[in-house]
Amino acid sequence: MDPLSQFTIWLAQTPWSIGLHESLYAYTWIETAHVIGITLFVGTIAMVDFRLLGWAWRTVPVSEMTARILPWTVAGFVLMFATGVLLFYAIPIRTWHSVWFRTKLVLLLIAAVNIWFYHRRARRNRALWDNAPRPPLIARACAAISLAVWLAVIVMGRMIAYNWFDCDKPQSGLVFAVAGCSTYPPDEF
Amino acid sequence: MLNLYAQFAAVEGSDLGTAIRASSWLFPAIEAIHLLALALLGGSLLLLDLRLLGAGLTLQSTSMVERETRPWLITALSAMVVSGVLIGCSEALKLFDKPAFWVKMAALAVAVTFTLAIKMPLAHRDVSGAKANWLAILSIGLWLTVALAGRWIGFS
Repeated sequence: MDPLSQFTIWLAQTPWSIGLHESLYAYTWIETAHVIGITLFVGTIAMVDFRLLGWAWRTVPVSEMTARILPWTVAGFVLMFATGVLLFYAIPIRTWHSVWFRTKLVLLLIAAVNIWFYHRRARRNRALWDNAPRPPLIARACAAISLAVWLAVIVMGRMIAYNWFDCDKPQSGLVFAVAGCSTYPPDEF
Repeated sequence: MLNLYAQFAAVEGSDLGTAIRASSWLFPAIEAIHLLALALLGGSLLLLDLRLLGAGLTLQSTSMVERETRPWLITALSAMVVSGVLIGCSEALKLFDKPAFWVKMAALAVAVTFTLAIKMPLAHRDVSGAKANWLAILSIGLWLTVALAGRWIGFS
């Protein structure tokens, strides 16, 4: 079995994981905080993306928008990420073998590469278009990718709750492969 | 006297309610839209509330921030109401028996009225100082109440 699947089995047996999983209120509160984090994070990043796309805030310099709004985006991300880790920790094996969760991880990777690309390439000559109502195509493309990816991340996250593609029932070859059902442990976990 | 329970039963038994219940993917899809609209609603509310608190886009006037967030707020609120009503249609009777649902509806009515009739008109006139701070605090408090009551519907 691969180390990651082994790790999730070990994780599921730690007392805190079991405690969270079986808790009456803790899991719900963490989930609620996760949604508040998403609202803060995606809500503010969407406004910055709208600026880069020229859909809103057209008279506000891009540098001002990012300097004033992105700190709140980062705060939302910290809350979202910390609570997300706890949600995974509460249900490690099933989440690790979820096609939704795995798609979400790939989308998060794309989002990270997009942010890196924006900072490395798109933002390089920002002084030239900081006040432009409609920034150049490369910046608008980054903003469009950001919006699309984060919306998809929210949808994938919501779908983790549904068990259509869970490994504990018969699945098609594609789902079986994507979810890694061959390393899904038997019932005792 | 209006029989509210019968009304809810009629909504649950309607073609719309039945269709959403019969489909395995419609309910999750509507839920996802409700969540996406929530993010947009949160962003458009927060940018104005931050400005009223003297944070965020402080180099812009409050009225400018109000004007820029308004279309997004209206869009998000509309999407939330439409998706929320659809969710409600599919499980109207379940909602009828949950206090959390009625708390949410009451808080929602207060929050929407406060936002559209008090907060935004005052922000439009560049309200400032303690009055502006209180508008933002009330706004955040009211909308958090709506969100938490909404979350509680799923848990109670």
